[in-house]
Amino acid sequence: MLAVVAAHLVLALCLPALARYHRRLAFGAGAALLAATLVWTMAQASTALSGGVTDRIEWAPELGLTLSLRMDALAIAMIVLVSGVGALIMIYAAWYFGPRSTDAARSAALLVAFAGMMLGLVLADDLLTLYVFWELTSLTSFLLVGQGGQYRENRRAAVQALVVTVFGGLAMLLGIVLLGQLAGTYSIPEITAAATSGTLAPDSPVALSVSLVLILLGALTKSAQLPFHPWLPYAMAAPTPISAYLHAASMVKAGVVLVARLGPAFSVHPVWWAPVMVLGLATMVLGGWRAMRQTDLKRLLAFGTVSQLGFLMVLFGAGSRVAGLAGIAMLLAHGLFKAPLFMVVGAIDKACGTRDLRELCGLGRRRRGLAVIAALAGLSMAGLPPMLGFVGKEAAFEAFVLEGGVRGWVTAIGLVLGSLLTVAYTARFLWGAFSTKGLHPTGGDPVPLGLSGPAWLCALTGIAAGFAAPLVQQLAASYAASLPPVGDAYAARYELALWHTPGLPLLFTGVALVGGLLLHRYGQPLTGHLSVPHVSAQRGYEAVVTGLERSAIAVTGRLQIGSLPVYLGCILATLIALPGPVIAVTGTWPTDQAPYHSIMQVPVGLMVIIAAIALCLAHRRFTAVLLVGAVGYGIGGLFVIDGAPDLALAQFLVETLTLVAFVFVLRRLPAHFDEPDTERRVRGPKAAVAAVGGLLVAGMAVMLSGARTLPPATTEPFIAGAPEAGATNLISAILVDFRALDTVGEITVLLICASGTASLVLATRYDKRQNGKVVRSGSGSPKHEKEVLG
Amino acid sequence: MTTSQEKPTSAAGDAESWARMDQPSGRWMLTGTCPDVRERTLVLESAARLLFPVVLVFSVFLLLEGHYGPGGGFSGGLVAGLAFVLRHIAGGDDNLGSRFRIRPPVLVGTGLIIAVLTALAPVAWGDPVLASVKWTVTFGPFGYLDIVTSLLLDVGVYLLIIGVVLDLLRSLGSGIARDAREAGEDPPRGSGAG
Repeated sequence: MLAVVAAHLVLALCLPALARYHRRLAFGAGAALLAATLVWTMAQASTALSGGVTDRIEWAPELGLTLSLRMDALAIAMIVLVSGVGALIMIYAAWYFGPRSTDAARSAALLVAFAGMMLGLVLADDLLTLYVFWELTSLTSFLLVGQGGQYRENRRAAVQALVVTVFGGLAMLLGIVLLGQLAGTYSIPEITAAATSGTLAPDSPVALSVSLVLILLGALTKSAQLPFHPWLPYAMAAPTPISAYLHAASMVKAGVVLVARLGPAFSVHPVWWAPVMVLGLATMVLGGWRAMRQTDLKRLLAFGTVSQLGFLMVLFGAGSRVAGLAGIAMLLAHGLFKAPLFMVVGAIDKACGTRDLRELCGLGRRRRGLAVIAALAGLSMAGLPPMLGFVGKEAAFEAFVLEGGVRGWVTAIGLVLGSLLTVAYTARFLWGAFSTKGLHPTGGDPVPLGLSGPAWLCALTGIAAGFAAPLVQQLAASYAASLPPVGDAYAARYELALWHTPGLPLLFTGVALVGGLLLHRYGQPLTGHLSVPHVSAQRGYEAVVTGLERSAIAVTGRLQIGSLPVYLGCILATLIALPGPVIAVTGTWPTDQAPYHSIMQVPVGLMVIIAAIALCLAHRRFTAVLLVGAVGYGIGGLFVIDGAPDLALAQFLVETLTLVAFVFVLRRLPAHFDEPDTERRVRGPKAAVAAVGGLLVAGMAVMLSGARTLPPATTEPFIAGAPEAGATNLISAILVDFRALDTVGEITVLLICASGTASLVLATRYDKRQNGKVVRSGSGSPKHEKEVLG
Repeated sequence: MTTSQEKPTSAAGDAESWARMDQPSGRWMLTGTCPDVRERTLVLESAARLLFPVVLVFSVFLLLEGHYGPGGGFSGGLVAGLAFVLRHIAGGDDNLGSRFRIRPPVLVGTGLIIAVLTALAPVAWGDPVLASVKWTVTFGPFGYLDIVTSLLLDVGVYLLIIGVVLDLLRSLGSGIARDAREAGEDPPRGSGAG
């Protein structure tokens, strides 16, 4: 399985080159790989359903990191969408992107890479593996939505999607780590087993609840649940194939998949099901309501997606067998009807140049094929027979009727309301796109087969899957087997089927259908006026982002004022305020302090002290630098006396170099420090901060050196190992052998410092060199700026 | 205001000719280009010419000595860097530039690449990262020599440090000097230069 995931990434690397050679071939290669993945999955399906196919690579065993993949029913259902629908969308994209489109090469590669990430995500059998793929899908989606970054709308949408989903992802990481610590493992099956047997953290329920809430935060943001939903409709700024794939068929399902994965373990916890079901229901109703008011067909569908995701959340959050069955059926159904609907909108957009339902007219007669596709997919979306959507919705109603109780009935009524709105916006979509509204007819261009073919396939699969309900039942039953059959004996043997004996669910479907059509026909004034403009999640998001920016500006403006004394003062004040009190309270003064260990320390120490005092009184910069040098050399001398020639050598050399660097810089600075008059006002506080800081550091040095009561534990093995490392000089053995990684890190820091200094000093200059000679040199002129910036 | 300005304009007559005694016009440094005659001093240039190769050899000694006594890549690199600093002070940045054709960032990068490759190389033999190997070569009556692969890491550090020092010279030394020239703060160039 890892090889399959890796194949996606390798192909994604090759695609840009291929796309430059032949655009459709690139998309075709992508589609072929996705289709092959689907075929490969189907070939393994029977083994996967009976026991699960697993694949593990120990990544960092000491840290418990494992790349672990497992194929089960839920993964197969998602792969049908990710690879199957994905392949169709790749073909669609080949025709959607024009021959001169500069976005095609990048989009093809990113789509394939995204498919690989998504594949890893749905197969992940380990919470950390899942998290890695989870964030990678966020990043790829950012790149896909942002496109070339030329358009403000795309950039804003991409940033919003990234900020919201990554915020949730980081919260989820916290939750995952917490859960992993409680369970002692990151493996999902082990955690599920521990949770169902009641051995998962029985004595720390609060920590478990916190971790579950944090994980849910990730799921809710990724799947665009209330109140994090606005990013999804905004992400519709991306080209249609990308919207269809990411935001209908795959990425937004990630949150649902996570809830479905962990549902069998945690759905008995109120802290798990309550937020999922309450927010899910609210999202379903609100999404449907907002969809009713859209005039852009794509945004209408996007809010429809938001609504359906809420529906899926409710089904997987409930944690009962029938709800699980319904969940898998709806998961498949949603991908199979939403993708063709998006493709139809894309085709309409291409043919008519608009997606606004107020401008489209008479398309139903002129583009009969598109109308039929949309009608088929719409039937499934509205939950009417004989489509898969009907099968799923029947099961969903049945699940909560069987469950009964307050939760069951409230949910059932909420679902009916949501379905009613679904019927209403489906009607609005079909009416808006295809009806003859008395305007001048639009849409003269015929739609190429490349655009309509994949949509046909998708929509027909939706019907076929409705008739093949027993097959879907097999898949869903394998998933739902891990869930308790809530309700009577009927719930334990309920199966997905196209036709059950008429009962409440069928009545609910009828109510939803009639109510929805009535709402569409007569509800225009209602939906037009009864809006809630004052509470807008988008405005909330904008307020949060602006608030963050404002506070960042306020903090930066107060701290980064361009004064070196203020910066130093801040650093010293922090040092005094944070460790200072701790040292003062808990520190113990070592009792065996000798005034000096060797008589030579006295004159050298005195020299350092005198130089330091003189430094405070110096008025010329040059004098001050020389005195700093004297302090440094004095400390080097102390190293020599204490028997550390290595340290002393390094100290002397660095001190010399620092002096030289100082002198270079001093040439461009005034010879004297500021006039004393101007700083008399602040001299007192400065002196106080400096004195307290100095005393604190000195005190810390003495206390910490006396804090060690046992012989150091690390030096013994170093000394023992030095001959083996080929060094008689222990310091050298430590630097280049035992702690060589530190050395590599440190020299990297030096590299960064050198580049930083060079950039700061040379930033305003740009030499154009040819054969080692400077041919042109600017000095901060506007023309030069252009050269530097390209 | 700056140190280089105070020197030539201080005296007149005898005092001036006495001051010029230390200002050579011949080619004392190793390269052909000479800086402004008033920025040169004979003692410093001769010292630089004598000391530069000696200090470089000493830095290599420190690099190799590191495994047995005080020294190592860091100290060796700093000493070599200081040799270049001496050259720069004596001969100016033109001299440094013409002598040293590798640009400092390249040197810094090369050093880091050598260090990282040394760190990664053991993986190819199935050892952990940063593992080191010791060979002992005997030279009959002359004794034996320990060759440790971690010396290569030290060589990387050595090159990187030299690069850092040269980069500092380039930015703080030459860069600031040129800023000063362009701002018209130094005496005009070209009077009596060789």
